[in-house]
Amino acid sequence: MKIKKGFTVLGLLVLSVFLAGQVLAKPITINWWHAMRSARGKVVNEMIKQFNASQDKYVVVGTNKGNYDETVNAGIAAIRAGKQPHILQSFEVGTQTMMLSGAVYPVYKLMKDMGYNVNWKDYLQPVLSYYMNADGNLMSMPFNSSTPVMYYNVDLFKKIGVGRLSKTQPITWDQLGEICAKLVKAGVQEGMVTAWQSWIQIENYSAIHDLPLATRANGYEGLDCKLTINNPKVVHHIAQLKAWMADKRFFYAGQKYQGPKSEFIAQKAGVYMDSISAIAKLQKAVKDFEWDAAPLPVESWMKKPQNSIIGGASNWVLKGHSKAEYKGVAAFLAFLATNKMQEYWHEHTGYFPITLTAYRDLKAKGYYAKHPYQEVGIHQMTRRDPTKNSRGIRLGYFIQIRNIINEELELVWNGSKTAQAALDSAVKRSNIKLREFEKTYKQ
Amino acid sequence: MIKRSIFKSKLLPYLLIGPQILVTAAFFYWPAAQGVVQSMMRSDPFGLHNRFIWFDNFSALFSDPLYLKSIAITLTFSGATALTSISLGLFIAAMANRVFKAKTAIRTLLIWPYAVAPAISGILWLFLLHPSYGIIALAIKRWLGVNWNPVLNGNDALAMVVMASAWKEISYNFVFFLAGMQSIPHSLIEAAAMDGASPFRRFWAITMPLLSPTLFFVTVMNIIYSFFDTFGVIHTVTQGGPGGATNILVYKVYQDGFIGLNLGSSAAQSIVLMTLIIIITVLQFKYVEKKVHYTI
Repeated sequence: MKIKKGFTVLGLLVLSVFLAGQVLAKPITINWWHAMRSARGKVVNEMIKQFNASQDKYVVVGTNKGNYDETVNAGIAAIRAGKQPHILQSFEVGTQTMMLSGAVYPVYKLMKDMGYNVNWKDYLQPVLSYYMNADGNLMSMPFNSSTPVMYYNVDLFKKIGVGRLSKTQPITWDQLGEICAKLVKAGVQEGMVTAWQSWIQIENYSAIHDLPLATRANGYEGLDCKLTINNPKVVHHIAQLKAWMADKRFFYAGQKYQGPKSEFIAQKAGVYMDSISAIAKLQKAVKDFEWDAAPLPVESWMKKPQNSIIGGASNWVLKGHSKAEYKGVAAFLAFLATNKMQEYWHEHTGYFPITLTAYRDLKAKGYYAKHPYQEVGIHQMTRRDPTKNSRGIRLGYFIQIRNIINEELELVWNGSKTAQAALDSAVKRSNIKLREFEKTYKQ
Repeated sequence: MIKRSIFKSKLLPYLLIGPQILVTAAFFYWPAAQGVVQSMMRSDPFGLHNRFIWFDNFSALFSDPLYLKSIAITLTFSGATALTSISLGLFIAAMANRVFKAKTAIRTLLIWPYAVAPAISGILWLFLLHPSYGIIALAIKRWLGVNWNPVLNGNDALAMVVMASAWKEISYNFVFFLAGMQSIPHSLIEAAAMDGASPFRRFWAITMPLLSPTLFFVTVMNIIYSFFDTFGVIHTVTQGGPGGATNILVYKVYQDGFIGLNLGSSAAQSIVLMTLIIIITVLQFKYVEKKVHYTI
């Protein structure tokens, strides 16, 4: 009898604790799964902390789910199990997959439904356009965006009598060829190296020169698109790089950034093309020479070079939560887009501020006078309004297609194939992937 | 008279093996069956569009020249890895078997690499052999003038991943070979020595045949290792490159399934891989085992 009573008391106690918890735990939890680690992870945590401190209705919980691939896979598994977070960060190549998933609450709609009147015109258009659907509506909120630029060794350039390059006016590829030839002649081991060859030498090269990467407006207008990178201009560019390999003007040091970066840091190469996110890495690693950044080179026939395209990731809002929770999501996304957060983000990670007001504000404060490298990418990306060829790329199985392009390019570099044959084969192989993707969604 | 307890109940044995069956079914058969089902589907990563397409994924695989190339690469890679690690493991074991001073210390040191995870072993070798920052690579380039470039040259890359994978497995083989050699009666070897057989002859005529069960076991284990466990090495060292020259089957499954989110094709590849390994194991047991001496 006594025991039974004890149990009842205990039960009531537990119940009251739970109920108290319910009453006290007023703030609604918003889960955000992201792929930001180490230094960037700290910046993200600081932003979340500031949001949570700024109001008491919502608590954002940020969880790092590993790198981009792992985060997307964690999101997919969660969606399949019905336990998805409110916000999922996904990288730019996964845009098509996310868009077609049927699990996404489009950001433009979310903001409208929750009563936010966002002035999308104030955003960097080449960033927004990457995440818009065919009707020009924003599907996901851009978060971390970068673009490739060209770094060069100022000291080595001095040795061959070349001064600092303009930070806004790109040099031509012919000029770069001459510079690289002089570098090699002056005893530098290699002229130029490039990181992320598919992103920089194919995708961005096509965008800057206003060449379609794929039919159907780079895939924006339909799943029945085909890759078109075997056009004479891209073929010429790749063939030229291959020709430069013979006299060391170009050196291939790997698909990612580690190899090329170490060639540049060791002063074995005078020119290095990589994302603007390399600024921080170079600032940390380079001690014994001076370097600077310039826009990517442009062919002499291209009088009005287009904007370059972005890399990075965006935040996707996932379906299946309550309206109260979505209010919190919208509040958080709006908070991230404020000047204060955008400036903090840009200063600490090097990724672009996504609004023009944040950019102007930084400029007025003299930030770019102190950090001149940071502006090169912004200039290059905003120098013209995006065209259908330069607003972005919307391909299914894009990750595999990038792999295919990487593989075929390597076969050019090691002499197994000509540029034409390799790009023809890349197109053929990629089109098979595109048709497979199309079949998955059209049944 | 052997004392036996006999249980009359017909249910009891089933009850006793029940938990094991359950675990096996839940963690082996059920996922494998799911894999078979998935291999005949075309589906999006979120599982919202699914369609049964029979063997389309398989026919797409086998009409893809790159997949056939990947099979060839896998066979070359595992053959080379197994051969390297077995021969070196055997050599080191034969040497260590004759050591008298600091026996335990030397053997312990030789076993250590096995404790290193494949991914870490890959990174270690990358720091030695990467053409831009590898210590050995830079040295042989400077002093020997060898044009070593695994970033660009497929054969160099294959050699590099074979080295990284075999290095780790040498220790494993070493342990088994050493144990095998120590179980060979000394009297046999001494008798042969008295008859005037050279150390080499003694090794071939006595040690090798008596070691054959170990050799057989180690070969099977090594081939399975090089098929499946070398993922970490490939992932850290070459990511399947350059130009797909080190894209072994198990890495392709990961690339297409996990990275590329093409689940149907990836599942079909897993089934092919599973079939391949079953065939290899059956063949090994059927033909190689006949030549193995299990008794002295």
